[in-house]
Amino acid sequence: MTRQKRSHHRLKRAVAPYLYLSPSLLIIGLLMLLPMVTVIGYSFQNSAVLRRDPSFAGLKHYQAIFADPVFWASLWHTLYFTCMSVVFHMTIGMVFALMLNSDRINPTLRNILRVLYILPWLFTAVIIAVIWRLLLEPNGVVNSVLMQMGIIGSKVEWFSSPATALHAVTFANIWAGYPLFMVSLLAGLQGIPRDFYEAADIDGAKAYQKLIFITIPQLMPIIISISLLDFIWTMQVFPLIWITTGGGPIYSTEVLSTYTYKLAFSSYNLSQASASAVVILLISLGLTLLYIRCQKAR
Amino acid sequence: MRKRHTPKDRLITVALHVALAAGLFFAAFPIYWMLSSSFKSNTEIFALPPTVLPKAFTLEAYAAILGDPVKLRFFFNSYFVAGAVTVLTVLIALLAAYGFSRFNFRGKGSLNTLIISTQTIPPITLLIPFFGLVVSYGIFDTYVALILTYLVFTLPYAILLMTGYLNTLPRDLDEAVAVDGGTSWTALWRVIVPISLPGIVATSVYTFLLCWNEFLFALTLTKSTSMRTVPIGIQLLMGQHAFEWNQMMAMSVLGSLPLLIIYLVAQRFFLAGMTAGSVK
Repeated sequence: MTRQKRSHHRLKRAVAPYLYLSPSLLIIGLLMLLPMVTVIGYSFQNSAVLRRDPSFAGLKHYQAIFADPVFWASLWHTLYFTCMSVVFHMTIGMVFALMLNSDRINPTLRNILRVLYILPWLFTAVIIAVIWRLLLEPNGVVNSVLMQMGIIGSKVEWFSSPATALHAVTFANIWAGYPLFMVSLLAGLQGIPRDFYEAADIDGAKAYQKLIFITIPQLMPIIISISLLDFIWTMQVFPLIWITTGGGPIYSTEVLSTYTYKLAFSSYNLSQASASAVVILLISLGLTLLYIRCQKAR
Repeated sequence: MRKRHTPKDRLITVALHVALAAGLFFAAFPIYWMLSSSFKSNTEIFALPPTVLPKAFTLEAYAAILGDPVKLRFFFNSYFVAGAVTVLTVLIALLAAYGFSRFNFRGKGSLNTLIISTQTIPPITLLIPFFGLVVSYGIFDTYVALILTYLVFTLPYAILLMTGYLNTLPRDLDEAVAVDGGTSWTALWRVIVPISLPGIVATSVYTFLLCWNEFLFALTLTKSTSMRTVPIGIQLLMGQHAFEWNQMMAMSVLGSLPLLIIYLVAQRFFLAGMTAGSVK
């Protein structure tokens, strides 16, 4: 190759990656980063979206949100819903993964159960919501079984009584979300070298000691990164709550996403909704930074 | 080797199987209940005591759904939007993944971090500006609005998945093309794409699933009944006939079929996608 040809070739190599990436970057830039800037802009305007020449509002909408008791209630419900979900997703996922990984069960049974235990994952949030509404109907199967067993005395309105609604939606979400942990932990368990356990056996370690000193520390990186992801995603849950309770009764299941949605599309207060959306964005961003640090540390 | 025949050991094995059965009940009963209710008449659904198997097995709920052009349209919309987004996403993501996997360039690390972090952007935050944009460009209540917005959410995952897959393919393969004087573009289509089919399938499956499940944007960016997708259709069914539980369950079963079939046929690809964001 002549020198000219070679430098031409090198130039092509240098430009090529940007060309390959350009469609993606264009879409992410125009449809993700730009809207993020736009929503921040909206939150500082009066009558955003609705008027052509909105006036500057300063921090007014943020003040309005922080003065709204429903916002704080939503934040608290979101936190409860998210923390309970993540803790139980992790616990159930771990128990199921350990059970499936045990060499006491027959391999065929293991494969069948693995498929069946993943089932809740295959259903859309809307369908999960509808299923749980049917199960927890006042005249539904759960009430009828609990009454026959004498656990409850009268029919409980799980989704429409303020005392139980938040627990009921949380339970439905726990059911829907544990398979992510189960599948990830199962993959993690298969990656732990056998010698670790053999060495522990030689030292006469008991089963629970192996769990605490080998299994859990080995799985820690997976546990941490999935917990963070699950936390971020659960915090953003919308359809499950929207379909089961719609945030009610009397705000008892209102979470940040339903609160923001109602501000925007029931009250048409898009400026204040934008302020609330920015708050959610900031919380997610903080958690995302933590997640990226964890990923890089690995 | 573990000793298998002490009484204590047997007890542990029995206890484990009891726990497995309890786990199975927890995981599968709600789904079983959906399935069995979809074959019951509406009065039988709330019969006391509840009937575990449909006493009078009937397909009336399925007939009602499949005989109603409005509901069939929901299915068409869902398949069409999810299909279109999947094709676009896979093409665009393949190019980006090729760039990430085969080239070293300035800004690669930060672009990768950017793409990882876009996975966690709350949909509700983007909903309001999207609504503003969609209305001002006059594409409210159209397929274009849904396809463009879904693309934004599927692309980051698809790029990460495809990059992960391409990184597993040896570089000598496409370098051989360069030695013969071919460009990276020829190498991509002649060499990389044909051997990347498993990665492409996994990415398609996951993208399809994300679109099929989407609710928030479909709810907000469409309005007319003829533009609604299956998840919104189920919600509408709930509002209109509050007591037609058997139809709601039948529609849920039909709405879950694509994912169930993909899962049973291509379990490996399915799981690869589902755990893409997390286990790497």
